[in-house]
Parts: sequence; structure tokens; C-alpha cells
Amino acid sequence: MGVHTPRLDLGALGLERGAQLLVKHALRALPVGGTLEVVGTDPHLGLHLRTWARQQGLDWAAIPAGARLGRTAALGGRWVGAEQAGESVAGSAESVHELPPARWGLAARGARVEAGDLGFEFALDRKEVLWTERVGELYRQALAAQWDPAVAVDWNAPFTLPDEVEDAVVQVMTYLIENETAALLVPARFLARIHPHFREVLQLLAVQAADEARHIEVFTRRASMKRTALGLSTQGGQASLKTLLDEPDYALAFFLLSVLGEGSFLSLLRFLHAHAPDPVTARVAELAGVDEARHVAFALAHLKRHLAHDPHLRPRLAAAVEARFDALRELSGLNEEVFEALVLLAAGSFEPQAIARGHDAVLALKADMDAARRHRLEQLGFAPDEAERLSALHTRNFM
Amino acid sequence: MKRHSGPLVLGAVAYDAKVVTIWDGFRAWFETQGLTFDYVLFTNYERQVEAHFSGALHLAWNSPLAWIEAQRLAARQRRRVEAIAMRDSDRDLTSVVVVPARSSARTLGDLRGKRIGVGAQDSPQATLIPLLLLAEAGLEPGRDVEVVHHDVLLGKHGDHVGGERDAARALLRGEIEAACMLDANHLAFAQDGTLVSGATRVLAQTPVYDHCNFTVLDGAPAEPVARFRELLLGMSYDDPSVRRLLDLEGLKAWQPGRTSGYAQLERAVERFRFLEPWLAAVAG
Repeated sequence: MGVHTPRLDLGALGLERGAQLLVKHALRALPVGGTLEVVGTDPHLGLHLRTWARQQGLDWAAIPAGARLGRTAALGGRWVGAEQAGESVAGSAESVHELPPARWGLAARGARVEAGDLGFEFALDRKEVLWTERVGELYRQALAAQWDPAVAVDWNAPFTLPDEVEDAVVQVMTYLIENETAALLVPARFLARIHPHFREVLQLLAVQAADEARHIEVFTRRASMKRTALGLSTQGGQASLKTLLDEPDYALAFFLLSVLGEGSFLSLLRFLHAHAPDPVTARVAELAGVDEARHVAFALAHLKRHLAHDPHLRPRLAAAVEARFDALRELSGLNEEVFEALVLLAAGSFEPQAIARGHDAVLALKADMDAARRHRLEQLGFAPDEAERLSALHTRNFM
Repeated sequence: MKRHSGPLVLGAVAYDAKVVTIWDGFRAWFETQGLTFDYVLFTNYERQVEAHFSGALHLAWNSPLAWIEAQRLAARQRRRVEAIAMRDSDRDLTSVVVVPARSSARTLGDLRGKRIGVGAQDSPQATLIPLLLLAEAGLEPGRDVEVVHHDVLLGKHGDHVGGERDAARALLRGEIEAACMLDANHLAFAQDGTLVSGATRVLAQTPVYDHCNFTVLDGAPAEPVARFRELLLGMSYDDPSVRRLLDLEGLKAWQPGRTSGYAQLERAVERFRFLEPWLAAVAG
């Protein structure tokens, strides 16, 4: 008695054009057991309210020009036991969970997730392994640094190289393409197994894979400018890359690929930029180098954080370098074809004096790679002598 | 007293591929609750009812027409049938007779001599019950009105919505002067645009009736059937482990079975002598 029943006047709006949004909104404001009068002028309103109420498990009674609906527990029942899946912005330590449950599935971080378990499996779900506070910033940098091969490279720049030097460039490009293919596949394979709660990691690795796709494109395009066939691909080079694809552990794979491999490639790309005999080679090496530096920075950042949380990781990293060295022991180092192509590319001509200069430049490149590797290993907390030993064991294939 | 061993076996009609998903899901859930359960799918309700009476099933998920078939067969064989449970959404359905907005018809009587589109011949909601409404208003189907059937998947008792949709489309194309459909399908067709907004009008609506139920025959193993019913009635929409199944099957809660909602369909079956050929064949 005296209890006011709220009334919702829909005007001409019927359920065939979305009136249920307004009805639900009004019902949600009521406690279970509360009633709402819904009226309007749509000729089908009474019929449709009755049907809709039955489908929604609501109480229903006819009134002129509408219906009286009773809120039951069924409305909103779907959200009993729902969970808050962290926070969308990774602002605090708690906004990203240490071990998000698989049942959150593909839900956006920060969403309210209906209770249930569809049997999702994300093998990579530990913040300790995946996360770095820098990931959001690196992702934004990566996006800002994207370049379009069609625009960023002047493919019409005029140049003519001696046949031997052009062949050497094509051989180096052939080698780079297969290395970049490994660098695309490794993050792509892990990407598919990462819990989507670590949104920024997914995003950054997706861009990283896209970076490599673009590198493959520009190296292929440079190799094809003057030649219809590409260069040689050796079993030794591929065996070295296969060990990267075969590494099942996330931390070890990114240590070998990004810190040591792509780190060495930074030196190589700088070398190619500096010694390129033509403007296109110089440009594609420069562009790829900028991207690779970001890949190295990401791996260093998440491995540093991981090392801070897991004291057992550092010896495992060292063991991974040793195991890879053992696996590749039977194979010769950098294949002759690539080594000689690098010498010739830096020489720029077939003249003996030029060859000598090219040879010196390649030796300097190897020394530069070694120094940079040791520096990065020390950044990860390895003692200088240990860093020196491990750097020496790194694959002679560079990647 | 002989104890039942082996799974409790349910019969259901495969009106859609999702039926496998639904009953696989129920089977797994019943297992977690300690009830060994299995199911058999049929392509049509008549075969299911016959299998039920031959002892191949312990209970059947029956359409309202299949329930009446089971009742009629039970009466002949001096057996007893019981409806033990149904969905909340099986209760208090209605069907509507829809005409174009510009139609001059104001009452059912105005449809005399017209073409009336209905669903499948064996659909209670889209054919038998609306035609009873017409007949009881003085329009005998076939004599006073021309009935245009939209037979999609006969034997499935209109569970497949295609027949009603075809009737709605035929109405908009002007091939028929009125179309009969379940109220829920009128809402669905209005929302998905099959019934263009403002293009049609509801001329008449049937009284409320009930739809499917779980049917049990005498002699069914009492203990697992009771457990089955108890588990159903205990299912809560709040429980995520069953919510998906309830969503698939289109309900918020299971209710005890009731048979008071089948009177219109019984009158329709009687008036149109709809089951006589089948009953004769089964008895034969």
C-alpha cells in the first residue's frame, strides 16, 4: 500500500527497435521482487513484452497499453560470480596479475568476466616470465617508428655495381632473409601461447613479427633489383637458426634470439649501413637496425625483471649458450659464402687493396659484435669473465 | 525390487546440430552429479515416441504433439504417461495471426475465403493451434480458408523455425493474406527485420498454451528418473557450469511438468483428426 511502482513510458518505441535496452536499464535499478510498469503506443508492445518477459524469466502481468514486469533473480543472474580481470591500464603492480587464471580467456584486461571455464590453455601465463614495466612504452615507440618500405626507401636511386659486388650484396641479402624469417617465427610461435591478460606483450610481439615481415620484404626486394635468382642457403646457417626455433623456453629463446642474435645483428646492420656499396643497401640496413634495437631492448628489459625474480634463471641462460654451442659444434662457423660476400661488399671492388680493407672491416665487425654481446651479458648481471666466455661461445652464424 | 543398472537413456529429436552440443553437455554435467546418463537422437518425434513405447528409452524430450501422441498410445495400451518437467519458457506461450498493416481484416471472420500461411503441417504453434483458433471462430481450414503450408523439416513438429519464417516472408510478398506464428518468433522476426517494422499487424492471438516436456512411461526406473528430475529442478542460472546449457536450451529455470496447457492442442488434434493415420500405422 502506498508503494510507488515506477513507470517507464516508451512512447512509440517497440521491442522490435531496441526498447528492451530501456526496459532492462529500468529493471536493473530495482531490487529482486520489484515491479516496473512499462507502457507505450507501439501496437505490438503488449505482445512483445509478454514474450520477452518469458524469455528473460521475468514476472509478467497485463496492464493497459503495456505490462507490469517483476524483476527476478534471473535478470543479471549471468553476473553472479563474475570476476574483475585486473585493470586495463598497467598503472600499478596489482593491475596486471602475477598468474591470471586461464578461465579469463580472451577477455580484455580490466573487463568483468562472466564465471565459467571454457578450457582455454595459455602455456605462458606468468608475469615473472613475460612482463616488463617498459612494455607499454616500447609498444608505443614501435608503433611510432613503423615505416612503409614503398616510401622509406628510394627504390629508383641510380647505381651500378661491379657484377661480383652485386652478387655479394645478393648473397648477404639471402642470408639476412633466412635470419629474419627465424626472427619472425620465434616470437610468433610464443605469441600464440601467451595469456591475453599480458596485452602489451602480445601487442609488442605482434609488431615485432610485423617488423621482421617488413625486413624480409626489403631484403628480398634489394636482392631482386638486378638479379632474378637469390644467393645460397647453407645447412650450417639453417642449423644454427633451427636451434632457435627448437628452443621451447620463452626466456631462453628470447635470450638467444634477441639479446645475443639480434644484438649481434645490430652490429652487422650498422656495418652494412656504413660499408654498403649502394644507397638502397645502406638504407634498408639502417631501417632494419632501428627496429632490431627495439627488439633487443625489450628482451633485455623482460629478462632483467625475470632475473630479479628468479635467481635460478642466470645459470640456465648460461647453460643455454653452452648447449647451443655443443649442438652446433660439428658445423663450421659462418659459411664461407656469407663471410666472403661481406668482405667483398665492404671492399666495393675486386681490387686486392680493396679486398684487404674489406677483410679488415669484417674482422672489426666481429670484434664489435663480441664487445656488444659482452656488454649486454654484463647488463644481465653476468661477471665480465663469464660474459667473455659466453660471448665466445655464441654461434658464428651471428643470429 | 529390481534395481536399475546402466545409464538413464533419454530420447531427443535432432532438429538442429546444436542438439548434440546440448545433450553432450547435459550428459557430462549429470556425470559430475553422479547420474549416469546417455541419450539417443531421432530424426522425427513419431520415431521417438515409438522407440519410447518399445522400451528403447527411459524418458523422452517431447514436443507438445509428441506428448499427445504418447498419451494416445498409452491409452490404447493401458499404460500411464507422465510429464515430469519442462522449461520455464515452455509455459504460457501464445501464437498470433498476422496480417499486412493495410489489410482490411479487423476480425478473424474477415479472413473468410483468404489464403492463410502456416508453418509445418505438424507444428503445434504455427499450424495446429492457430488453425484451431480459426476453426473455433467459424472458419474451417480447407473449406472457409485456404491453408498454405510451409513445410520445413516435417516430423520435427515445428521445432525448426524455418517454416514460420517462410510464412512471414510469403505474407510480405503478398502471396498469402495472413500468417500464423509463435509469439516469440513474431518478436524475433520483428527484431531481425524479417517482418519489416510497421508493415504488419497482429489480428488475433490464441489463449496461452504449453510446449515441450520430459515424458516418462510407467515402468521407467524410478530412482534415476527421480534423480534426473531433482537435478533438473535444482539447476540454477547463477551456476556457470550449467548456464551455458540453459542458454542453449533457452530457459532460465526448469519447472515441474504440468499438462493443463495442452487442451488447445488436444482439441486441434481431435478436430482435424490429425493423429489418426499415425495411430493406425502404429497399431497396425
